Amino acid sequence: MSKQEQHWEKTRNLLFITLAIWFVFSIGIFFFATEMNASSIKPFGYPLTYWFTCQGSLGIFVILIFWFAGRQEKIDEEFGFTEREDD
Amino acid sequence: MIKGKFIDNLPKIYGIYTGGFLGFIILMAIAEGAGMSAKMIGIFFVAFTVFIYALIGYLSRTLQVDAYYVAGRQVPTVFNGMATAADWMSGASFVAMAGGIYFKGYGYMALLVGWTGGYVLVASLLAPYLRKFGCYTVPDFIGTRYGGNLARLSAVIVLTVASFTYVTAQINATGTIASVALDIPFNIAVYVGLASILMCSMLGGMRAVTWTQVAQYIVLIIAYLIPVFWISNKIGAGFFPHFMLADEVARIAELEGQFGFVKNSASDLATVPKGLAGITKAHSDVNTTPWKFISLAVCMMAGTASLPHVMMRYFTTPSVKAARRSVGWSLFFIFLLYSSAPMLATLSKLSLMDPNLPTGIIGKSIADVQAIDWYQNWNQANLMFVSDFNGNGTLELNEFFMGGKAVVLATPEVAGLPYVISGLVAAGGMAAAMSTADGLVLAISNALSHDIYYKIINPKAETAKRLIVARVLLVIIGFAGATIAALEIQGILGSVIWAFDFAMSGLFFPLVLGVWWKRANAQGAVAGMLLGLASGTAYLVWVRNGGAGFWGVTQLTFGIVGSLVSLISMIVVSLLTKAPDSATQKMVDEVRIPSGKTVLGKQH
Repeated sequence: MSKQEQHWEKTRNLLFITLAIWFVFSIGIFFFATEMNASSIKPFGYPLTYWFTCQGSLGIFVILIFWFAGRQEKIDEEFGFTEREDD
Repeated sequence: MIKGKFIDNLPKIYGIYTGGFLGFIILMAIAEGAGMSAKMIGIFFVAFTVFIYALIGYLSRTLQVDAYYVAGRQVPTVFNGMATAADWMSGASFVAMAGGIYFKGYGYMALLVGWTGGYVLVASLLAPYLRKFGCYTVPDFIGTRYGGNLARLSAVIVLTVASFTYVTAQINATGTIASVALDIPFNIAVYVGLASILMCSMLGGMRAVTWTQVAQYIVLIIAYLIPVFWISNKIGAGFFPHFMLADEVARIAELEGQFGFVKNSASDLATVPKGLAGITKAHSDVNTTPWKFISLAVCMMAGTASLPHVMMRYFTTPSVKAARRSVGWSLFFIFLLYSSAPMLATLSKLSLMDPNLPTGIIGKSIADVQAIDWYQNWNQANLMFVSDFNGNGTLELNEFFMGGKAVVLATPEVAGLPYVISGLVAAGGMAAAMSTADGLVLAISNALSHDIYYKIINPKAETAKRLIVARVLLVIIGFAGATIAALEIQGILGSVIWAFDFAMSGLFFPLVLGVWWKRANAQGAVAGMLLGLASGTAYLVWVRNGGAGFWGVTQLTFGIVGSLVSLISMIVVSLLTKAPDSATQKMVDEVRIPSGKTVLGKQH
């Protein structure tokens, strides 16, 4: 496998992990909205589903993007595909 | 004070700007204390901020193609994040979203999840690759990746339909604010809004829009957060509302139980002015059908990743790496406002509902409420209404009506904050709507001038002529948008949601598969864009005219139908026709790695 193919395979795997986390917190948990809201876990005292929609999921997305960017930069570095600063 | 290049001094320049703006707020507060009228404060706030944006627009004027289209590709990561946040957060986010949550509770919070989750798709599927491509516009990518004028043209059609739907809503929002703040009729205010929008973008294109958007973000975030914190502290709800409103959310549920949701009869509702709504849904209770919530969130997420005015902001960063990080910063800046919207809705609702608070009006006598100053103001603007349906003389929960856009704009007044805060909020709403309208008008006119005029009609046109065409188109599109906005066909939030569905129907899969599926070819992409847009539109028209619909897809989520048709037709047609040639395949390989030259040259 060429260097470029390996790079793309790693990139694709990172995408799948990122999208899996994204799916859980943007779609997955909301199938269980009623159950979650009734649960005794109450972040800052808010009902759980309410908290996820107004803070939890949003915050997780922010962190997820920065984490993704960091991982992708590492992959690019590993295969020498990082941009030169003067580009 | 400022030495060297503008780009190197950004933190200093915007630091001074922020300080100046805070100084202006204090000055206005002093003026209010000295007896300046509420009307004058409103006029000062809107006029002063719009003047500053216009000044930035003028100072950023340019005669260079890459500065006009992509701000010279030198916008630093964090500042591009701020500009994107302003570009993104429109009148719908600033003026209408808290209102939607206020009336419909949890169901509308799907917008919060959808409008933020979409950025994960932007960062991982598209933005870095499109930046590497080096295009000026989104159709530029489609046209070059798939090849052929038909693909380019189809992309321009989808872009125009989606962005134009969106921009009418934004001009509507600027018109609403200008008409309330400056006290002029709505259909004139719409053109005042338009003039301010054009002043920012006409001379400097993307470069001017970038630097005004950063300035607008600063104004809008200050204007959104100050009232939230202030009201929360004033009613003793907590010093940091985001972490401390749990009791208030519970209290609203308690009051809702006490007042009950009485359903008004059709004849009673007929007396309520058009566009106003009452509270009919519980604040924090979840719907029993998760699909309704999830389908709306899905449409908003896929729409985010297909809206050209957002995507083109990531063409302006210096590198692919910066584009990726910039998406994270964008979402961070958006998060600051979005996590506050439900808090504002909660505080606003409680201020009106709780009989223990001095501002509570539910349960008071109708005559008393009608005598309140702010009620008279907003009633006059046709944004608030009470009526004694059951004839008992007291105001019940089901007898109070408000326009969705009034929730954010009126809350400071309702909660008894000084008028300077209302003026500030008006300026913030204006900033939000203007910044988005600027991005959209520019996206449309750039697509028409670059992709239709330069790439298809007259490839030999010299720079000066291209930029003149771009500016003329900008003005024409702005006027067309304002004319339609003046007709008020659909509310702000409704039009914005439609725009996302249109974009998702036609562009989501052609963009994503362009990077992630080498086998996708021009025929497939054209089929995907045109059939997707056509089927989505057909479904919308069908449901609007009383059609039953299927799978629980409503007129707000028709993008699900459109994008599925788009995906299937794109795959089927691509596989039935010839694979893309080796040059195209190589181009896709090239896009997938950050290093090396962009696919399209610096000037093209």
